[in-house]
Amino acid sequence: MEMEQFYYDNKIVKKFIYATILFGVVGMLVGLILATMFLFPNMTEGISWLSFGRLRPLHTNAVIFAFVGNAMFAGIYYSLQRLLKARMYSDFLSNLNFWGWQLIIVAAAISLPLGYTSSKEYAELEWPIDIAIALIWVAFGINMIGTMLKRRERHLYVAIWFYLATFITVAVLHIFNSLELPVSGMKSYSVYAGVQDALVQWWYGHNAVAFFLTTPFLGLMYYFVPKVANRPVYSYRLSIIHFWSLIFLYIWAGPHHLLYSALPTWAQNLGVVFSVMLIAPSWGGMINGLLTLRGVWDKVREEPVLKFFVVAMTGYGMATFEGPMLSLKNMNAIAHYTDWIIAHVHVGALAWNGFMAFGIIYWLIPRMTKTKLYSTKLANFHFWAGTLGIILYALPLYLAGFLQASMWKQFNPDGTLTYGNFLETVTQIIPMYWMRAIGGSLYLIGMLTLVYNIIQTVRAGEEVEDELAEAPALKTISSGRLKGEKYHTWLERKPIKMAVFATIAILIGGIIQIVPTIMVKSNIPTIASVKPYTPLELEGRDLYIREGCVGCHSQSVRPFRSEVERYGPQSKAGEFVYDHPFLWGSKRTGPDLLRVGGKYNDNWHFNHFWSPQSISAGSIMPSYKWLFDNKAMDTSLTEKKMKAMKTLGVPYSDDQIANGLKDLRAQAISIEESLKNDPDFVKSYDESKKKALAKGEKFVPMNEREIVAMIAYIQRLGTDIKVKE
Amino acid sequence: MFEQIKHNMETIAGVAIFPILSLLIFFFFFLGLGLWVYSYKKETVDEISQIPLED
Repeated sequence: MEMEQFYYDNKIVKKFIYATILFGVVGMLVGLILATMFLFPNMTEGISWLSFGRLRPLHTNAVIFAFVGNAMFAGIYYSLQRLLKARMYSDFLSNLNFWGWQLIIVAAAISLPLGYTSSKEYAELEWPIDIAIALIWVAFGINMIGTMLKRRERHLYVAIWFYLATFITVAVLHIFNSLELPVSGMKSYSVYAGVQDALVQWWYGHNAVAFFLTTPFLGLMYYFVPKVANRPVYSYRLSIIHFWSLIFLYIWAGPHHLLYSALPTWAQNLGVVFSVMLIAPSWGGMINGLLTLRGVWDKVREEPVLKFFVVAMTGYGMATFEGPMLSLKNMNAIAHYTDWIIAHVHVGALAWNGFMAFGIIYWLIPRMTKTKLYSTKLANFHFWAGTLGIILYALPLYLAGFLQASMWKQFNPDGTLTYGNFLETVTQIIPMYWMRAIGGSLYLIGMLTLVYNIIQTVRAGEEVEDELAEAPALKTISSGRLKGEKYHTWLERKPIKMAVFATIAILIGGIIQIVPTIMVKSNIPTIASVKPYTPLELEGRDLYIREGCVGCHSQSVRPFRSEVERYGPQSKAGEFVYDHPFLWGSKRTGPDLLRVGGKYNDNWHFNHFWSPQSISAGSIMPSYKWLFDNKAMDTSLTEKKMKAMKTLGVPYSDDQIANGLKDLRAQAISIEESLKNDPDFVKSYDESKKKALAKGEKFVPMNEREIVAMIAYIQRLGTDIKVKE
Repeated sequence: MFEQIKHNMETIAGVAIFPILSLLIFFFFFLGLGLWVYSYKKETVDEISQIPLED
């Protein structure tokens, strides 16, 4: 048989690994800053672009798309070439994938702190970046499928199926969830509103976890664990069941993020059932990975790479056990909105993704630089620092979540809430936030030892070169089924057909859930008293989005006695029909705000935004002083925003749009007037006026500043259907 | 609690087909998957699972 010679592209793998390490440090560092802000809420006081609400999406995006994303690409580019015995289809596409992805990350790192956000979790990036993501993702897909077509290995190993499903599903999810109507270069509104937006978002959000953080890494597990252990996977049959049942079931599970919300019950229950079933393929996969190490556990003692893999797979098992449990309505009622969920996702991110990535890096770098790892001791130190870090991170937060939820729900014998002030439930869990920050620091210290270890290894090793390989060309055989060839064996050599079937498998769940919701759109019970936002409230809502308030405050009251007592009547689907995008949130670091309108007066909010601690001692909300800056709020887009909303179905009349700015000013002036009820406000307002005059600055009246719009929006929340007492 | 929405779901023509369809798709999916996996030849399985170890 004639052998063909070719080179594996190692340089692209090296680039992705370096990017993984760089953005891993950045993402974890931002995470640690955020964890510290729970303890020192005003540590970046006055610096808008370093505020919690804006950094939180930066942290999640950096870790998911920059750290894990680059690790995924590194692992795929390395393993795919070897599994197919072919160089990547196109060097140009490989490099486009690499540089395009890094540019997107840089664009995210700049735009998110500046407050350009769609507010939809893990999909915060604004529309031009969304388009770039779609293009680069397609380049990756073409490159991968192209490589499959010119392969020298007849069978497509199961890892490749996972990669293929990743590509297809992320493309579908990203496109459907990012459908938005641009208002300007960096501002858009989701085409979906309220309940539908929530359903599409969490169909996306859950499957971003499934198909960006899980399936590609399972593919990597099926390649690297056998490779490092030097023995085949425990059961290849099990891996096939794992693959198909995982991608088929995962796609249905999204609604478990919306339990007890205004989403129709049938959709919630469907989400629960499929989430519970997910435990079977997930644990099947974990067991398959761990049992691959049967008979070589002695190697685990010696080889830090295998240690990382073992904890990673165990973390996968823990997270996928917890996931179905948290989807049960009775568990969810306790855990949702608390730090329990933060602990849950970090077991997934730190143990599963982080440790898989570290193991792969420690294994690949010495091989590609043709040397030994600089220090096995340091790698072992990293392993223990990381493991301890995960435990110290997660355990206190589990406790914090359980404790806080219990406090939220506790009643006095006379029927009043024991902890009527939300803040009381926060101050109790501050010690847990301290431990979390310590755990996170340990994990980051481990990461920094990796940086040092890898730099030293690369310095001692050779330049990374493309690797020569040889394999016989694949003989062309009939594209139809051969005599005696089983159907699946035939399917497994047809990558395009495989891709089509995988697409069908993932679309079924999505269609069954989303189609009825789209059909029901016109039927969502309209509530006559629910009116579109006024122009000022609309601008205020955009400020709420810009500042990332949704990161700490939900707008969804669940039908529990404790919540109705604390916040007011439960959410109803009809309340959100004009909410492009929905702002239900997923975490309550502060109280729910759905019915906060009218609860306090304008001055309360004014003072609270200036200094939350001056109103509520011990509050961990940061101040928002830049909303008070002596400059006018940007209203140049107000009319365009109203027009865009109208296009999306919000019933603004032409008159309302034409008079938008006039109405906005009138409402703003009335808020300024109401602020003047407070003599302290009048006094300090006059003083700042004099100060500005003394400095020769132009003085912008309060009604033109951002804070007034923010107050207008907050005061509007939930008032449409509020029962007057 | 979601009576209003339920009512509206019921008014969609043929909505009853959704749960039945879901069950059928689900059942046949896993039936097919089971048949697929158990009809594999041992040699093929061994051959494929060796792929990551060659290079």
